[in-house]
Amino acid sequence: MSERAKTPLIELHGLTKTYGAGDAAFQALKGIDLTIQQGEFVAIMGPSGSGKSTLMNVLGCLDAPTTGSYRYQGIAVGSLDTDQRSLLRRYALGFVFQGFNLLARTSSLENVELPLLYRGDSRKERHRKAVAALTSVGLATKLDSRPSELSGGQQQRVAIARAIVTEPGTLFADEPTGNLDSVTTRDIMELLTRLNQDRGITVLMVTHDDHVAATARRTVLIKDGLIESDLVRT
Amino acid sequence: MIWNAFSIALREIGRNLTRAFLTVLGIFIGVAAIITMVTLGQGATLAVKAQISNLGNNLLTLRPGTGFGSRAASAGVPSFTQKDAETIGEQISGIAAVAPVRTASQSTIYLDNARACAVTGTTPVYFGINKWRLAEGRFFNDADLRSGAAVCVIGDTVRKELFGGEDPVGARIRIGRASCEVIGLLAAKGQAGMGDQDDTIIMPLSTLRRRLIGKTSSHDINQISISAQDGMDSNALINDITSLMRQRRGLGDNQDDNFNIFDTRQIAETLGATTQLMTMLLAAVAAVSLLVGGIGIMNIMLVSVTERTREIGIRLAIGATAREVLLQFLVEAVTLSGVGGILGIVLAFGLCAGLAHLIQVPFNFNLRINLIAFHFAAAVGVVFGYTPARRAARLDPIDALRHE
Repeated sequence: MSERAKTPLIELHGLTKTYGAGDAAFQALKGIDLTIQQGEFVAIMGPSGSGKSTLMNVLGCLDAPTTGSYRYQGIAVGSLDTDQRSLLRRYALGFVFQGFNLLARTSSLENVELPLLYRGDSRKERHRKAVAALTSVGLATKLDSRPSELSGGQQQRVAIARAIVTEPGTLFADEPTGNLDSVTTRDIMELLTRLNQDRGITVLMVTHDDHVAATARRTVLIKDGLIESDLVRT
Repeated sequence: MIWNAFSIALREIGRNLTRAFLTVLGIFIGVAAIITMVTLGQGATLAVKAQISNLGNNLLTLRPGTGFGSRAASAGVPSFTQKDAETIGEQISGIAAVAPVRTASQSTIYLDNARACAVTGTTPVYFGINKWRLAEGRFFNDADLRSGAAVCVIGDTVRKELFGGEDPVGARIRIGRASCEVIGLLAAKGQAGMGDQDDTIIMPLSTLRRRLIGKTSSHDINQISISAQDGMDSNALINDITSLMRQRRGLGDNQDDNFNIFDTRQIAETLGATTQLMTMLLAAVAAVSLLVGGIGIMNIMLVSVTERTREIGIRLAIGATAREVLLQFLVEAVTLSGVGGILGIVLAFGLCAGLAHLIQVPFNFNLRINLIAFHFAAAVGVVFGYTPARRAARLDPIDALRHE
């Protein structure tokens, strides 16, 4: 086996995250140990206030841990500065949010091209990749539609296309179906599963819906800033 | 990276054109105001200078009295003699021509039209000194002057008043108690800020004396028009003429001059400097409006950063660095102010062309002020765009994404 395969994709040791200081300090994560391998599909669950969103933000390099170590593909994320974390997100990570977070008054195509713009891809490359990504999420006919002209499920598909257009190693999905009805939820989960199985993209998903979580092969339950259970379906 | 930021900024501007237009309105008007003020001001300066030089270049006018304007004291001061004029011509070097001038107000009549008119009696060189050109006919000549012929040349205003649409040349008009043939029509000079120059009748000095007023005394010359040779220092000339005239008028060392010399070039320079000063003042006021326009940009950009917090969050989450966000907003501000500047230049061009025509000053496109105003506008964009841009760049992606 190659060296890369042995290195876990994500490796957390004693990770804590504290907000504020002094009396007002609040410890959202109290010491997380977690290892995730390339290609996994992990659901992170927990009641609100459990710290699962904080964990997601730290894993997604949007936030830095207070103490403990976080290695992403062997890179010590804790020692990166804001800009380096930005670059890591740009080249290795993709994000899907509960509220879709598409740019308003902007076509699907332009929304999906956005991350490529920051990577400095040429206009032709951007167009080709964005069309391919939108096609792979089943929106080949909605290239010029603006978010306001799309249904919730379609908007989330655009968001997924935007997340995968850079061919990231990991896709972070924060309550991706939180705003969707059950039929659309199933479609989106099928799409995520397909991306995970066909393309080998690691998917980390925060959810509070057991049905949604059941799609994932592994479920991590967070409670009061600690991992309460970590189950892998067989 | 700059180009990237530029293309992102352009997309953002294109997405909300109304907002963009409102943002640049201040810059747009400010730039147009500066350019219009300066261009029209310079046109006015040129116009004033052109009109003054119309009076005659290197023209010195010698008049009795101690000064020009309200403080002038000419009562009891003797006028000049024809001999004075001749002596100046003979004894002072650097003079191109000298003409004695006697003016008298006379009633003029042609058919049913009557008009009080200033009649000038002088010598033929007067036309050259004062830069008169003919529209028609001829000037009077030395032979007319010697014989005291009953001929005259009239200005355009006199033609309009007396003749209307009729051709005046060859007609006879009554001036005072004499009948006089119109032999020439002067080309119009227009207003010169000192009365209508075209409201004039010019005839040989001898004719005026013999036929109209009769020779009263040898001191009957109201003024002496002198033109200097090109390149002559008019101050030296004025000094020479002054000492000659003091001598001829028998003034002692402790007596003030009882005559004065009016230098058109000096007046032209003074008036030119005054209009230029006015121009600078107006431009300064316009510059303030440009500054206010810059504050407008800052205002809207700050609002825009708040309004677009979520968008900034999205950009940061998908991997934009703080520097890139800063650059995007800065480039947006500069692009907006630059576009405002260009629009302002276009508006100013139209305004200048229209207004210059309206107030009758020449319109010269002034590249320098256009460039200055444009760069000033762009600089305003940088200065006032920086604070909002920095605020955007300092946003935390998680907070920004949560922003409603």
